[in-house]
Amino acid sequence: MAILTSAEKGPEPVVVPRSFFARMAEGDQVAHAITLTFAASVLLITTLLVVTLWTHSSLPRAKFGWAFFVGMVWDPVAEQFGARPFIYGTLITSAVSLVLAVPLGLGAAIFLAELASPKISDWLTFVVELLAAVPSVIYGLLGIFVVVPFVRTVLAPMLIASLGFLPLFRGPCYGVSFLAAGLVLAIMIVPFIVSVSREVLLAVPRDQREAALALGSTRWESTWKIVVPYALSGILGSVFLALARALGETVAVTMVVGNVPQIQASLLAPGYSIAAVIANEFVEATADIYLQALVELGLVLFLVTFILNGLARILILLTARHRGSPA
Amino acid sequence: MNRKIVVFSLVAVALAFAASAQAQGSGQVQLTGAGATFPYPIYSKWFDVYNKQKPNIQINYQSVGSGAGIRQVLSGTVDFGASDGPMTDEQLAQSKDGVLHFPTVLGSVVPTYNIPGVDKELNFTQAALAGIYLGNITKWNDPEITKSNPGVNLPADEIVVVHRSDGSGTSYIWTDFLSEASAEWKTKVGRNTSVNWPNGLGGKGNEGVSALVKQTPFSIGYVELIYALQTKLAYGRVQNSSGAFIKADLASTTAAAAAASKHMPEDFRISITNAAGKTAYPISSFTWLLIPGSIPDATKKSTLKDFLKWMLTDGQKYTQDLGYAPLPKEVVEMELKAIDKKIK
Amino acid sequence: MSAWAGSRHRIVRKIISYLMLSLTSLCALAVMGVLLFILGYLVWNGGSSLSLDFFTKLPKPVGETGGGMANAIVGSLKLLLLASCIGIPIGVIGGIYMAEFGGKTATFLVQFTADLLNGVPSIVIGIFAYTVIVLKMKHFSALAGGFALGIMMIPITLRSTEQFLRGVPVALREAAMALGASKWKTIVTVVVPAAYRGILTAILLSLARVAGETAPLLFTAFNNRFWSPGWNQPIASLPVVVYTYALSPYDDWHRQAWACGLVLLGMVLVTNIIARTVLSRGISIPR
Repeated sequence: MAILTSAEKGPEPVVVPRSFFARMAEGDQVAHAITLTFAASVLLITTLLVVTLWTHSSLPRAKFGWAFFVGMVWDPVAEQFGARPFIYGTLITSAVSLVLAVPLGLGAAIFLAELASPKISDWLTFVVELLAAVPSVIYGLLGIFVVVPFVRTVLAPMLIASLGFLPLFRGPCYGVSFLAAGLVLAIMIVPFIVSVSREVLLAVPRDQREAALALGSTRWESTWKIVVPYALSGILGSVFLALARALGETVAVTMVVGNVPQIQASLLAPGYSIAAVIANEFVEATADIYLQALVELGLVLFLVTFILNGLARILILLTARHRGSPA
Repeated sequence: MNRKIVVFSLVAVALAFAASAQAQGSGQVQLTGAGATFPYPIYSKWFDVYNKQKPNIQINYQSVGSGAGIRQVLSGTVDFGASDGPMTDEQLAQSKDGVLHFPTVLGSVVPTYNIPGVDKELNFTQAALAGIYLGNITKWNDPEITKSNPGVNLPADEIVVVHRSDGSGTSYIWTDFLSEASAEWKTKVGRNTSVNWPNGLGGKGNEGVSALVKQTPFSIGYVELIYALQTKLAYGRVQNSSGAFIKADLASTTAAAAAASKHMPEDFRISITNAAGKTAYPISSFTWLLIPGSIPDATKKSTLKDFLKWMLTDGQKYTQDLGYAPLPKEVVEMELKAIDKKIK
Repeated sequence: MSAWAGSRHRIVRKIISYLMLSLTSLCALAVMGVLLFILGYLVWNGGSSLSLDFFTKLPKPVGETGGGMANAIVGSLKLLLLASCIGIPIGVIGGIYMAEFGGKTATFLVQFTADLLNGVPSIVIGIFAYTVIVLKMKHFSALAGGFALGIMMIPITLRSTEQFLRGVPVALREAAMALGASKWKTIVTVVVPAAYRGILTAILLSLARVAGETAPLLFTAFNNRFWSPGWNQPIASLPVVVYTYALSPYDDWHRQAWACGLVLLGMVLVTNIIARTVLSRGISIPR
């Protein structure tokens, strides 16, 4: 806006309306337009992604509808596509990884937040965040050459011998299994649980702990019964984040899970997961409906991780709100 | 100070771009092919030797399985494909200009196994192999196996079956053979690059199957001969249609193709599993390069033609070292004629 | 309080407390130990293969020993270069929009879609890039691979840029405006330079993250045994090579997989360490 100032005292400055192009010559409008374009491109890309997934899965959606999710048979030759074994495998491996990673991660987070001196805590958190940066294919590499032989030669015999009465630990174990995939996933998601839980634990106000200690609780009691419940929604959020990561993990799982589309109660049996089947079969899906069935699997995975991530953010936000409330 | 950093980084990025553009020099051709893992050892050798002889031609072949090879050549995302299972009529119908099959070598699929304590060569009847893969025969000391192997102490352990998890020409050859060997297999499972396996673990590529067998005790898998040789895995003899137990090698593979070369169809799609002949190895097969019927790019077309001709003449010299049998003379002659005629 | 409050039980409670807290320290130790184990194992198995040949030669055909992984290393760098062309401009400039220009709804919308994009599994991004680029161009290419990786970089750089820009004190902006600078001039000469450390950290971290991604490259960049000329050909990359070689039955390929893994991990860790220590110095980095 150009302001014509009068040389005389008193009168108001006169604002002269300028044409669109004259205004555009002013840097601010240009800057606004440019940055808006770039920001809008994010919307464009994401919308394009969702639309592409939807349109490129139309054939199987039309042919199978909801039966896609309960069908047991994945037979590309007969063009029968049922996703149940993959959904099962994805859920089981993620569940195993959570069962292993949550106690470990929470324990480490409690140590870092409550016990360790600030300096050690910062250093160790740094190391944990480095662990989060390790590429998944490296975990897969270690999975094939360390975890799978370990499961086959040490862990499985031990589990079958001691807990073999449970249907969870039965049958021959070839190393590649739900359990191996769960183990590898657990190592991958622990850093997320540790770092987010540590942050939410640190955010719990001092007076909560001090009040508990003043009333005679031990260090552990104050931590477990006061601090952790206070930060619970944040911790749960970290679990959801970790779960979302585990569900979408591709290469590390496909290298150790056995690639057999089946549903078995035993964790020692080989299985499959949604991301693994997409990675294995995408380049060779000869029929259009085959390719689109894989895209539909991708769509499912996308929706599930979207919901989980959303829930996670809400939960973590709730803890932050908590922090702001008066003691 | 800030301006210097910005300018410096912009210049660095520009230089990085220029350097990495690695623009194709004049005359430089790079072709991309994808497909069968069955002939991968000989293909990678060929493309390496060809590149050494003609440094401006690079043929980048990725072994991702015959199924992927067929798919990608149909989508047009690669310049050529490769498969050991010939394309079906429905698959061919998907392409406008058709896809040409050119046989490259003869190979054989062997039953490879990992039985701790047994290092002898086992004999497998056709019924034994079909039974194992159907899940009817579950232990190594099953009479169907022991009766062909007197004197070998086979353990009572469960057989771990390994098959392909991806769409595979090797699977096609194997299931083709099992369909000939067993009527039950033919009706229950059938022959294809990708089937509904009754049991077993899945490995990706010939590489994956050999790796799984190598790492898993009491397992059995099917791989192309060279994979068993290179990974030093034991492999068995298979009973052919005349009743003899034949070991897979150059002579027996060539014998299997002897009859076929006289009856080779125009489009080169033929199966030689369970071929007649006393010395023929029953699980042999041709493997094909899949060339699009119409190649618009003139340079690529001439490069592919030149390579095919080289492959049929000089290339055949390298096959024996890697355990593949060279193509019969009649087939080579047919192909040389077809190259100029068919590739538009 | 509870029945445990009696002094009789106090010893037991104290013991439980010591026990549980020692357990937590064991957990922390275990987590640290994993990283050390990974590093050690990779160095042990891959270190001996790191020769000059490894960094300069091309791979040999199957069954022959020797050769190197020069094309995979350069390939990864090329892909990262392409990815930054998409990820950095959109992320940084979009972040500038959100922090400086955007209204409440616009900012929320962009934030929401960025979070959506962040949560997409990498294999699904690969599907997207395949459908949009590979099928249309009828070619596997470095371009498609770079596009996939670039999309993955956007959410991280966007959030971080916005966060760090918002962190620049209002006083700085007001001072610049008081001196007569227009809004865009303020942003370019005062605000962004003030936040550049954090933004650079975020860029490095997102580069390190996508450098290790395998799934999106499987059917976009594919793989290449030779150098990849231009941007239009398939291209080798460290993660894909590790994946392919690890699944093979050849011992020599396994050896090379370890070495590639070591190089990849080294690149990623060094970038992370530089970004987190040298640059950020205490700035907390958003997830």
